Amino acid sequence: MPPTDSTATGSTTGFEFEYSPAPEARSIVDIKPSYGLFVNGEFVDGRGRSFKTISPSTEEVLAEIAEADEADVDDAVRAARRAYTRVWSRMSGAERGKYLFRIARILQERAREFAVLESIDNGKPIKESRDVDVPLAAAHFFYYAGWADKLEYAGLSTAESGPPKPLGVAGQVIPWNFPLLMLAWKIAPALACGNTVVLKPAETTPLTALLFAEVCQQADLPPGVVNILTGAGETGRAIVAHPDVDKVAFTGSTEVGRAIAKTVAGSDKKVTLELGGKAANIVFDDAPIDQAVEGIVNGIFFNQGHVCCAGSRLLVQESVAEDVLARLKRRMATLRVGDPLDKNTDVGTINSAEQLAKIRELSDIGEAEGAGRWSPPCDLPNHGYWFPPTIFTGVSQAHRIAREEIFGPVLSVITFRTPKEAVEKANNTPFGLSAGVWSDKGSRILWMASQLRAGVVWSNTFNKFDPASPFGGYKESGYGREGGRHGLEGYLK
Amino acid sequence: MSTRLDVKKTYKLYIGGDFPRSESGRTYVVNDAKGSFLANAAQASRKDARDAVKAARSAFGGWSGRTAYNRGQVVYRIAEVLEGRREQFETELRAAEGLTAAKARTYVDAAIDRLVWYAGWADKIAQVTGSANAVAGPYFNHSAPEPSGVVAIVAPSGPLLGLVSVVAPVIVTGNTCVVIASEPHPLTAITLGEVMATSDLPGGVVNVLTGSVAEVAPWLASHMDVNGLDLTGVTDPELARDLEVAAAENLKRVRRPGLEDLLAAPPLDRMTRFLETKTVWHPMGI
Repeated sequence: MPPTDSTATGSTTGFEFEYSPAPEARSIVDIKPSYGLFVNGEFVDGRGRSFKTISPSTEEVLAEIAEADEADVDDAVRAARRAYTRVWSRMSGAERGKYLFRIARILQERAREFAVLESIDNGKPIKESRDVDVPLAAAHFFYYAGWADKLEYAGLSTAESGPPKPLGVAGQVIPWNFPLLMLAWKIAPALACGNTVVLKPAETTPLTALLFAEVCQQADLPPGVVNILTGAGETGRAIVAHPDVDKVAFTGSTEVGRAIAKTVAGSDKKVTLELGGKAANIVFDDAPIDQAVEGIVNGIFFNQGHVCCAGSRLLVQESVAEDVLARLKRRMATLRVGDPLDKNTDVGTINSAEQLAKIRELSDIGEAEGAGRWSPPCDLPNHGYWFPPTIFTGVSQAHRIAREEIFGPVLSVITFRTPKEAVEKANNTPFGLSAGVWSDKGSRILWMASQLRAGVVWSNTFNKFDPASPFGGYKESGYGREGGRHGLEGYLK
Repeated sequence: MSTRLDVKKTYKLYIGGDFPRSESGRTYVVNDAKGSFLANAAQASRKDARDAVKAARSAFGGWSGRTAYNRGQVVYRIAEVLEGRREQFETELRAAEGLTAAKARTYVDAAIDRLVWYAGWADKIAQVTGSANAVAGPYFNHSAPEPSGVVAIVAPSGPLLGLVSVVAPVIVTGNTCVVIASEPHPLTAITLGEVMATSDLPGGVVNVLTGSVAEVAPWLASHMDVNGLDLTGVTDPELARDLEVAAAENLKRVRRPGLEDLLAAPPLDRMTRFLETKTVWHPMGI
């Protein structure tokens, strides 16, 4: 463990009182020095190289992780195929559902352990992993468990087609921003529909996926139904390109999503892609400003802005821009940036050195292109990867910080005068994942919601997620939906 | 008995509600089923394809903004006008494809009935594919379909029923489209364009190109202002793969090649493939 001063909380300037540190105990997790791959129900050594996973808040090495090579991928796909053919596709939906209910329960039982491990490996504040990531992951399994024996009611089949059928083996590649939650989004619907899976967690955040493998063992899930392969881009490519994979599900960057779409072209593989975003969070002059400010903060600083649907462009009506900005800055000064395991922490660590470099680069470009940069006074710890909550004002639509996904705690502020102009600016992006609207006028909210080309519209709220609520993008934010009845479609014939 | 020379039709493209020649000035010979000359069809170019996309994009806002009821009526109107001109289509099908009178009648009947079937879907698809979502919190939350935008279509070879079967599901939900007609049998597609032009369908909602699929389709597949690509009529697997690769550049929604029995009930995914799901949240409270 590094000295505690390296994780001290900062950014309390201007406050009359200090918080005492309230760290969540780490003793609940047991991180092994090294991990193998989870194939066919057991941990096996990888044939390839290995890599280290570190805690981004301390740069401490947490464990040595196997990097699955092509032969490992082949083994895992074979195990998944065998489990699909011999066990999982033959099992009744009711029985499949019961396994998923079991998994949901075990996730709830071990929730604290998962939350702490997630915060250590990912760097997100414990209050988020504890109150958002882990409960939602369990809820996702609980939700899809209930679908497993009701698929013929999902409206995805007709009398002629007969009951819906699973696709077979699903290859799933997930990102590092919500490691366990994205795993749940992928595995729960796949299994409920009768598919088996080979899943690759992101290389910087493998630990909760490996702990999930243990949950599968505790739930007595038949071997091969879930296989977890750790690794980086090469491993992901091998899974996507494997000829015996029937379905590819990916969450991550638009760049990689595009490459995947090209790889599977001409095949029979079904694909769902949940990619980048550059969401507009639109504040009208009649909005409840204090609530809107909370929504802006939640929209861009939740999970350090490592959120594909983050409200990274604030569109604020000119007449209230000054007031909104003043209140936003005041609120930002109260954000506590620091130790992810501290229960008072609002903003945790940037997930990796690489991501930090990208955020710094784009922020520097924002400044160079003429936008005004502001961050609250903020003492950042000496070790680890940190970036203060930052806003840019005077941003034009042509600026790179208004067009590119930064995937960090950086907000670009743009003003507008009329609702039409707001719509035009909001839709002026190749992305279309989410949007926010703040107004007290019902008809305006509904009109705005209908005009915004985005898969999720949060009105007078932001960054809300639920297993019953379909999530996914328009345009270059990808295709297919995860969550809800719609989430079944990507896993059925 | 005096003989009268019949007035032959010049077959052009159908773009933005107009019938322009190809800007390239090119035509290609279309023969009838026996191999005799039927007509010169316009051979569309890259520029024509781009003009068609532009027309489809301009029409999208207005068409998708209409009420579903209104779109349903317009598609129904196409069926009405087609019914009124059915003899012409039967004659054309017999000439172009060498169909028997009975077979030609069957296809025209099916095309008209298909339009009526899709017309009825306009205001029901949201009820069938949308949902009210019971989220764990005090929120109103619902999901509804919206059109993807501009869809490029490679039509299958059935010049009337084939074309109607790929175009109707795409436009009835609010998309606009650019369709490449069957390469060997393009003439009926242009005649169908005349039907659409007189059916209250706004110009640009359907744009019909005739010419070489291998030449024109890649421009549509790689066009950054096209949102969806329906490869139903592509028969060369290598071309289909190349088009899907090109479509990946801006993550177009792709329907891979493959044609169902056109006389059977159509699969729902002819509509749903080119629909997005929008989910709207709002807090509840007093």
